Amino acid sequence: MAEMAHSHAAVHVHAAPTGFIRKYIFSLDHKVIGIQYYLLSLVAVFIGMVLSLLMRWHLVWPSAKIPLLGSLFPEGAAGGVMTPELYLSLMTMHGTIMVFFVLTTAPQSGFGNYVLPIQIGAADMAFPTLNMLSFWVTFVGFLVLLAAFFVTGGAPLSGWTGYPPLSALPEAGPGQGTGQTLWIVSLAIFSAASLLGALNFITTILDLRARGMSLLRMPLTCWTWFVTAILGLLAFGVLLAAGALLLMDRVAGTSFFVPGGLVVSDKIIDHSGGSPLLWQHLFWFFGHPEVYIAILPGMGVVSQVLSTFSRKPIFGYKAMVFAVISIGVLGFGVWGHHMFVSGMSPYSAIAFSVLTMAIGVPSAIKTFNWLGTLLGGKIRFTSPMLFAIGFVSLFVTGGLSGIFLGQPAIDLFFQDTYFVVAHFHMIMGVASIFGIFAGTYYWFPKMFGRMMSEPLGKLHFWFTFIGVYSVFGPMHYLGLTAHPRRYSELTGVKYLAQSEPLHLFMTVAAVITVAAQLLFFFNLFWSMRKGPQAPMNPWEATTLEWTVPSPPPHDNFAGAYPVVYRGAYEYSVPGAAKDYLMQSEPDGKG
Amino acid sequence: MASLLTPVQPKKTAGGAGGRGGDRVGDGSGGGSGPGPSPPSLQRYQTGMWLAIGAMVMVFAAFTSAYVVRKGASNDWRPIRLPSILWLTTAVLLTSSVSIERARRASLPHRWLTATWILGLLFLAGQYLAWRQLAASGVYLATNPSSSFFYLLTGFHGLHILGGLLALTYVVWRVWSQPAWQARQAAVDATALYWHFLDGLWIYLFFLLMVWR
Repeated sequence: MAEMAHSHAAVHVHAAPTGFIRKYIFSLDHKVIGIQYYLLSLVAVFIGMVLSLLMRWHLVWPSAKIPLLGSLFPEGAAGGVMTPELYLSLMTMHGTIMVFFVLTTAPQSGFGNYVLPIQIGAADMAFPTLNMLSFWVTFVGFLVLLAAFFVTGGAPLSGWTGYPPLSALPEAGPGQGTGQTLWIVSLAIFSAASLLGALNFITTILDLRARGMSLLRMPLTCWTWFVTAILGLLAFGVLLAAGALLLMDRVAGTSFFVPGGLVVSDKIIDHSGGSPLLWQHLFWFFGHPEVYIAILPGMGVVSQVLSTFSRKPIFGYKAMVFAVISIGVLGFGVWGHHMFVSGMSPYSAIAFSVLTMAIGVPSAIKTFNWLGTLLGGKIRFTSPMLFAIGFVSLFVTGGLSGIFLGQPAIDLFFQDTYFVVAHFHMIMGVASIFGIFAGTYYWFPKMFGRMMSEPLGKLHFWFTFIGVYSVFGPMHYLGLTAHPRRYSELTGVKYLAQSEPLHLFMTVAAVITVAAQLLFFFNLFWSMRKGPQAPMNPWEATTLEWTVPSPPPHDNFAGAYPVVYRGAYEYSVPGAAKDYLMQSEPDGKG
Repeated sequence: MASLLTPVQPKKTAGGAGGRGGDRVGDGSGGGSGPGPSPPSLQRYQTGMWLAIGAMVMVFAAFTSAYVVRKGASNDWRPIRLPSILWLTTAVLLTSSVSIERARRASLPHRWLTATWILGLLFLAGQYLAWRQLAASGVYLATNPSSSFFYLLTGFHGLHILGGLLALTYVVWRVWSQPAWQARQAAVDATALYWHFLDGLWIYLFFLLMVWR
């Protein structure tokens, strides 16, 4: 990461090395920190993607020799053939890296850091030093997580949810020793950094808004960053607490989560009375809001982009705000739907199920308002717009499968099948990633002062859009055939033989989709250096970040304080000279 | 904590206002010579501290729910005898809350802040003695879930006190070395808020450990 920032900055900056470190490494500028977060998640998403490709390969050709694998993982892949344990550790690391260091990092900490202060008319975040600290602590957390690959036994096997007793007992498997400990420490570090970040975001929004920027004039992006930060503030502390308990079970001999009478690897386990269910409750009390932490900022970007490129005000601004807040509130009451089969009273299950269904209401409000925004608009099909529309499609697809999974009776069948994998990849994984792509294509000109290539962006969109449906669509069908998830090798199983061609299809689709991401990486880094100069407001958008140069000066508004006169989405206002009115445009001129 | 809450300082950038280098068209508008924006209101210290308290409440709420669930989950819970010194440390911490409140209201907070710092250190020492008392009676971290929670809760609270002591050290140092510190009142207010929270949190934890045995 540091190297990337280095090589990127080295292209543009002709400053003395001492100034360089302060400006681009330990910078207090929210814009630099935002880009640092973004580059960190770019590295993370690349690693996570490679891991998923290795898994897909193994699912189709379980005994294939993969050239570099043997030297990378001498324990887990002697001779290049992946062991089941290595498969599980790749799965764990894929999930952990993607959820924390991509889906939580890029949309909130990356774009939020860069854009939020400018959009509300502030010179920086409320606590710049804290902001810098958040990034570097996150960075350390990432290194600690990656270190799990290289310690004895390798990375942990327990999945991104880390259920005990598996995650609590070093003797439970090769990655369950130092690897699992590093995993817990990494998550604790990440939680601490996220708490600092959340505190900073909320304070910035509450105390640093420009004159005239009332809460209900804020762009919807700011609303989603705001609610996401509140979710983070309330949720990450619980993960931190749970992690502390788990760590104590591992290293201090306590029995919070480990029950008595266990025999693991022919060894009697010296614990008693702990409750594995307790971990699940604590984890999912964090874990479900975490899903919204990943998706809400994407919703904000999509609202912003759809309005901009439909040349229409967002349909039902206040309803959108209401929907975001109620999704945030309801998100804290549904964690039990991850545990329907873990040993839960049917009455609790019904309560969790009803609350889960209730989230469908604000989600539907958002979807219909997005469609309402598109309806009758003068639509400009730019790359960000395509990805925003793609987001809506994926959100609906992933949301609909959620309605099935949210019902205890149906979940009894679907739990731990590929249907679940399809569901959360669609809604949490790919939809959020589409939000990140939309944000990248939309704000790149502001962030780097240059335009990205539109043809490449569109090509990237079509490959990715069709690609992800081809990878994750068939998984719904696999789930219907009761194909279990998490198994490294099921090629010899008779009742699943019919799904083998489907697995092959998904792996081929995954290879193509991943290859198409090279278009994106190329477009991104090529445009940073060679893209055409970006004007101040290339998209003819209305929010404050488009009133300052691309990229903005150090304190965003060059010492001035902007004043806001109107809402965030005044497009095609009747009687106006242009088809858009900037938020900073005084009333008289309209 | 307060040491992290550095206010936004208007920074001079060399050669125009360009945050990412000066080789761009349309990058240098405004220039670096004009007056920088004045630091935004100090209200954010209070806001930030309240939010931090919110996050810490969630951490201890999670511990509390774990406490209640673990106690009810199996029948291996053996209540521990709380060390008697805890009454003394509680009194010390309550006193320190009074002293930091005096500091907050004083025009010269130096002495009261230092007094709070000493009381905080005394409290930590007392908590450590409580651990020693327990250990001397053969009750260790892994002896029983009740003792695990005792060490966990007092330990986590102690860590937060330690953080508060670091913040106090910083504030005391700034107050003594820099009489014209602009953000003094805001920093003292935020530190006091945090300290009161730790006081209240301790009363809560003490109560939990005593009543819900």
